[in-house]
Amino acid sequence: MKQFGALLRKDNQPVRYLVVDDSVFARKNLIKMIEMFGGELAGEAGDGLTAIAEYNRIKPDIVLMDITMPQMEGIESVERIVRQHADARIVMVSSVGYQENILAALQKGAKHFVQKPVKPEVLYEILRYVLSDDPNGAGAPVALAGESRS
Amino acid sequence: MRMELIQPFINAADAVFAESLQAPTKIVDVEMDEDAYRRKGVAALILIKGDIEGRVILDLSPEVAVKVASVLAGTEMEASEQVVRETVCELANMVIGNSVTLLNDQGFHFKVFPPEVHMNEAGLAGSADTEALVICIETPCGEIFLNIAMRYLHRRAERSAVPALD
Repeated sequence: MKQFGALLRKDNQPVRYLVVDDSVFARKNLIKMIEMFGGELAGEAGDGLTAIAEYNRIKPDIVLMDITMPQMEGIESVERIVRQHADARIVMVSSVGYQENILAALQKGAKHFVQKPVKPEVLYEILRYVLSDDPNGAGAPVALAGESRS
Repeated sequence: MRMELIQPFINAADAVFAESLQAPTKIVDVEMDEDAYRRKGVAALILIKGDIEGRVILDLSPEVAVKVASVLAGTEMEASEQVVRETVCELANMVIGNSVTLLNDQGFHFKVFPPEVHMNEAGLAGSADTEALVICIETPCGEIFLNIAMRYLHRRAERSAVPALD
């Protein structure tokens, strides 16, 4: 199995993730990957509405958000989270990856998009990129320790 | 049967199974089916309506579903109706999502309905007016079947009148 260097916050703590997907398997798969990247699962949600509540409760460093979900879809959830937390870092994770969908998610404030089935090396590079966007400095999750290696 | 409409589903299924199960897959059988669909195991039916219309059925045995679930979850899963149902839905969503991406980027617009899972003894109603292509894909977990019936609803030149995919 491919080994990955740990993605850490600037304070050298593990990056805290909120994983949002209505599929238990998709969540388990993503959780497995973030553990491979040295991250910490801060919370899980199975729909967009719960994701908003969980975001407010745990203030994660990164959200991995599905698009098609019951109750509230991912793109609407992104819009509401970003309205309250302009610095939210949200990566969309969906099997539907056509341009209109990606554009809609980015316009609502998502930072990036990854298509399912998710390849660990692709997600890793996207997280590196998203975490490198440091808005304020202290305490922000930006530092990367280690490099990807086979 | 328009192969340009079917091919994206075959390509997506092949890629999704190989990537999800981390092993090569092989198409072992392709046949035309003009009769009502006879389910082979647990099936997820997905309807598509718009510039093109039709349905895709993803079908696998409960035993194969549990093996797939264990690979997807990265841990041994116990057989249960919920596990089987979730697995079939997740696979169907990934295959359809990737196919829709390919078709949408070619300019087709349509709505995809959420998967309907069929597990009980009652079979799936066939589509009497549409012939279907049945594909058997061999994976490390066992055989997975795709039954695809797809047709153009409008000529492509007329499709600007059709609401966009949501």
